[in-house]
Amino acid sequence: MARPVQYNLSGENNLKLVKEGPEGLGGEGYFATKLDQVVGLARKNSIWPLPFATSCCGIEFMATMGAHYDLARFGSERVGFSPRQCDLLMVMGTIAKKMGPVVKQVYLQMAEPRWVLAMGACACSGGIFDSYSVLQGIDQIIPVDVYIPGCPPRPEAVIDGIIKIQDLIGKESLRRRNSERYQDLMESYGIQ
Amino acid sequence: MLDNETIKQRLVEKFGDQLTNFAEPYGMLTFEAPKDMNLKVMQFLFDDQELKFRFLTDLQAVHYPHEKERELVVVYHLHNLEDNVRIRFKVFTGITKPDVYTATKIFEAANWMERETYDFYGVNFVGHPNLKRILNVDEMDYFPMRKEYPLEEQTRVDKDDEMFGR
Repeated sequence: MARPVQYNLSGENNLKLVKEGPEGLGGEGYFATKLDQVVGLARKNSIWPLPFATSCCGIEFMATMGAHYDLARFGSERVGFSPRQCDLLMVMGTIAKKMGPVVKQVYLQMAEPRWVLAMGACACSGGIFDSYSVLQGIDQIIPVDVYIPGCPPRPEAVIDGIIKIQDLIGKESLRRRNSERYQDLMESYGIQ
Repeated sequence: MLDNETIKQRLVEKFGDQLTNFAEPYGMLTFEAPKDMNLKVMQFLFDDQELKFRFLTDLQAVHYPHEKERELVVVYHLHNLEDNVRIRFKVFTGITKPDVYTATKIFEAANWMERETYDFYGVNFVGHPNLKRILNVDEMDYFPMRKEYPLEEQTRVDKDDEMFGR
């Protein structure tokens, strides 16, 4: 006798595996919702990342972009290396103090809206390199949105981080970049 | 066949007893020269038709904090490419005035290697065309590889003292 397929232990049957989209009023041929939700939906499903790959985490990112753990499924098909064209700065790897101004310059060249992902222990906090030459976390120089811990994080962890970024982008309000709090954050980093 | 005995004999013939501490750790001839003679020794090893040490493999420094007046040692590794013989020579200098003559006129490779040695040990190479920091941040005011500083980053404020044994 065939047993019904179960996706979970508690036996709930009405589990929706995929969220269907923003809430709104829909009908035959039309759908009305808030503007930020539509814009958020469009932005989050087509992030163009800038892989700032410095060391081992860069290789792990290459594995994530490969066919086995495909990151392109989530919309990041086109990775660019030009900050002018990218939304998400992914800092992957150890950043030395001498490299700090370079990362800041790359961040400044990106156009709003921009997000930063710190991948790996070295980008989050300096990692195991507690020494005179390594910057102890890139959040000393640029504001970071999502941190992915790990040394190096597994590709599944990277995908989890990208999904969190997608959540952040989807829920972001359109006026966030002009708000008081954001301006104060930028002031604290010395960025106009 | 160029072997360590021949090299040692030629060196002693030319420089007498100014070169000291001949030793052969792992088969590589090692000796010590006084600070002001380092260029003369290198030039002799370069020009001599039998000794032809024309390749500077490495230029580094060591810091011995407890030997007075001989704290910093600049170590040169030379290689004879034709007969495949290597030789090492060391130049001792005190830490208060660590001036050593630059080897850039004889070997171009010494340029960046001396900048690195200056960056990490503070050895001042007299006559170097561009002696400034190469791997560290320019504003750093100490020399990291000297054994005078504690191992950890001192400006870090977010470490929990009791977890790190302080």
